[in-house]
Amino acid sequence: MSREFWRWKEYNWKAPDLDWRSAAGITAGIDVGSVSSQAVILTDGKIFAYSSQRTGSDSPESAQRAMNRALDGTGMSLENIQFVVGTGYGRVNVPFAQKAITEIACHARGANFMYGPTVRTILDMGGQDCKAIRCDEKGKVTSFLMNDKCAAGTGRGMEVFADLLSIPIEEIGDLSFTVEEEPPPVSCTCVVFAKSEALRLLRRGWAKNKVVAAYCAAMAHRVVTLLERTGVEKEFAITGGIGKNRGVVERIEKELKVKAMAPSWDTQIAGALGAALFARALLEKSRSVN
Amino acid sequence: MEGGKILSQTKVLTGLETRQAVEAAFEEALRTAGVSKNNVGRIVVTGVGKQEFPFEHVEVSEVKADARGVIFLFPAARTVIDVGAEEGRGIKCSAEGKVVDFTLNEKCAAGTGSFTEAMARALEVPVEKLGGLSRQSTQAIPMNAQCAVFAESEVVSLLHAKTAKPDIARAVHEAIASRISSMVRKIGVEKEVLLIGGLAKNAGFVDALKTDLGLEVFVPQEPEFVGALGAALIAEGES
Amino acid sequence: MLAHYGYKDGSGDYYISIDTDKCAICADRNCVAACPAGVFEIITDDYDEKTASVAAEHRKKLKYSCAPCKPNVQRQELPCRVACPFQAMTHSW
Repeated sequence: MSREFWRWKEYNWKAPDLDWRSAAGITAGIDVGSVSSQAVILTDGKIFAYSSQRTGSDSPESAQRAMNRALDGTGMSLENIQFVVGTGYGRVNVPFAQKAITEIACHARGANFMYGPTVRTILDMGGQDCKAIRCDEKGKVTSFLMNDKCAAGTGRGMEVFADLLSIPIEEIGDLSFTVEEEPPPVSCTCVVFAKSEALRLLRRGWAKNKVVAAYCAAMAHRVVTLLERTGVEKEFAITGGIGKNRGVVERIEKELKVKAMAPSWDTQIAGALGAALFARALLEKSRSVN
Repeated sequence: MEGGKILSQTKVLTGLETRQAVEAAFEEALRTAGVSKNNVGRIVVTGVGKQEFPFEHVEVSEVKADARGVIFLFPAARTVIDVGAEEGRGIKCSAEGKVVDFTLNEKCAAGTGSFTEAMARALEVPVEKLGGLSRQSTQAIPMNAQCAVFAESEVVSLLHAKTAKPDIARAVHEAIASRISSMVRKIGVEKEVLLIGGLAKNAGFVDALKTDLGLEVFVPQEPEFVGALGAALIAEGES
Repeated sequence: MLAHYGYKDGSGDYYISIDTDKCAICADRNCVAACPAGVFEIITDDYDEKTASVAAEHRKKLKYSCAPCKPNVQRQELPCRVACPFQAMTHSW
């Protein structure tokens, strides 16, 4: 890609008031996604620190970088962490993890922590995939669906569009609501054909904001049809990069007639958080056995 | 066409304005043939943009037109594969050029010429050179992405990892050939197999398709005109 | 658990949905051998249950993987469905 309009910021955070040295159990989860990698550290089941970094071409290196960034400024080092679970596309490549668990299970577990035990349906719209997960009150998966074959409905699909229209991706959502009247959605699901369609619309005199609105509408509709397969049970939550795009999110809520829960944490860390919680359970299990 | 003979044939890139392209192609064909519009008896139109033809005409489906056109050129054909920019088609036809069965790959760029076009862009190679490039390949590599957008990213990653361009080009052709041959197997592949449409001009794709099907695949001299030829024959046949 | 493997693209929805609770009690695992394309495999899932799953290499091209068993004419009962004693898998197309 010659120009990168898409670059979510890399960041880290640490709890201002937790002292890890007095914790009985310290666990971590690493989520190596195709676009970004997250690390979450828990001390006695509380979120102690986390980070999000852009995934490089090397998964183990990306995992290490995310971990280091989360540890930054805490005085803690990897040796202090008693159990690490890896998840995400690169989960088998986290060299310092004791176990790998799929991002489906970790996401549900993380969402259960973030949104509380009432969450039952999670829609995760990531950089290169789209997942729908149903879970119970403990965050155990009861049904799931993942689409990573087709770019439509993923961050990458939105990236292509933002690039085409030369609009920074963070501005897409708000721009889509500056239209006077909601236009019909773009008719092509396929991103490649939708691009041609968008160019035709622009030539026909459509303003950029109208094209953006039409594309957000199409993406929202597509995602809703994905959700039809698993069904949507309240409470409903949306995570992942596109979850920050209100142009898509609000249209999804409108079509489903369900409002998504507001998260208490950055939803980008849901997978890593779930992994860290699995790590905690596995640590306790190994301790009780011994 | 007149009396079973082709008077002229023209090709214009559709671009973004289908109607303009259609009109331009028609006007150019008339000019080359030395025929005025009033002397044209019957017009039959086919193709994904057929409704954009502005003058009085009859429309036929692409599969019907393809079958008629192919049998005219190659009477032994029984399976027609047509891969254009937006659609892939598999057609089983009779000796008379009638459609016995068909299957489509539509609305997804991965099974169309748009896929190879996008990959050529990612490889920074003109699309006409893609076939030749893949024939220089020395090793097969897998392609994981099944989507034109993700495949483009995959090609970029492969290039960063210093993978040889011919090997990537070959992987591209093998990927799309695999999709096309799977599609055609749904109608049952019967000899002889004819390939038409824009992608037929890509030797790398033809090679990969032959390997996948395990059969000889014939390509007419001008594979992009077969649909129009079929439409003209249908017009002749019914006047 | 209901696991839906596959995808939706511009041309349609292609999912194999597996009811993994049924897999957990299955002793025979006939599906693996019954599929001529090798679509199914047995995995230990995230909750430590042995269940059937769609092999990773097929998840993004199910339309093509299953195509030989779904010809346009003379379509028969799918071999995987015939082999499974609980009819645990369903095709969406």
